[in-house]
Amino acid sequence: MNEGDSIPELKVTPDKYLPHRYAGASGDFNPIHIDPQFAESVGLPGNILHGLYGMALVARAATAASGGDPRSLRRLSVQFRGMGVPEQEITVLGTVREADTDGGRLLVETEAEQAGNQIIRNAEAELQT
Amino acid sequence: MTPDQAAIGKTYEPFEYEAGREKIREYAQAVGEEAQVHHDREAAKAAGFRDIVAPPMFCVVYSSGALGPAILDPELGIDLARMVHGGQEFVWSEPVCAGDTLTTTASLKEAYDKDDKGFFVFESHSVNQEGREVVRGTWTNIVRGGS
Repeated sequence: MNEGDSIPELKVTPDKYLPHRYAGASGDFNPIHIDPQFAESVGLPGNILHGLYGMALVARAATAASGGDPRSLRRLSVQFRGMGVPEQEITVLGTVREADTDGGRLLVETEAEQAGNQIIRNAEAELQT
Repeated sequence: MTPDQAAIGKTYEPFEYEAGREKIREYAQAVGEEAQVHHDREAAKAAGFRDIVAPPMFCVVYSSGALGPAILDPELGIDLARMVHGGQEFVWSEPVCAGDTLTTTASLKEAYDKDDKGFFVFESHSVNQEGREVVRGTWTNIVRGGS
């Protein structure tokens, strides 16, 4: 990939029970992610996605852009912003900011959005193939 | 109210985690990592790994146990009900495979108030059973309404 190229978009629609499976897989059982009634009682629209799940999608999209080897992702930094919700499509977008011609190093800027809301912004991935 | 600067640099008890094969598969499935190296031992070995390899973001599974006591530290006085995860960075080194034992140590890197919010920045450092670094994390937690 070259500087200025877009990375292939990743589109994922987490189903209703994805936050429960992610809670089990990650060990984060904060009720705002798995209990809609509790979430509403603290002013949220319903149970919301784990921020680190969104970051995992950004990691997937970035790794796929450099050929899919998990060893290629060397660094990823993100800011969590708007809340993600289940049952709506998430799109991860990215642009190559720097590309080494020989070493195979890429710096990719990415974000994740859902229904016009940025749920992850200012994400920066460093890849080495 | 400025967070207590005396706690900067405070380091917490190391947290040990054994990466099991089924746990890696479960995590990979939950986040949609379908590559065979995360699920199939032979595919992983063919790609040069000792056993199935964890997706990079599996680091949250083995390192977050070290962050719990830090976030709950009474000396810091973080109000969990008003805390949000503002930002995160990971820097990866050695890949993590099934059977590895990871030891993570967390410390408080920075604490400050900005725009009526309290910022608590923790660092984590994880090594495998050979003492080789696998990941470093920077966890930024924001407490609404100041610290």
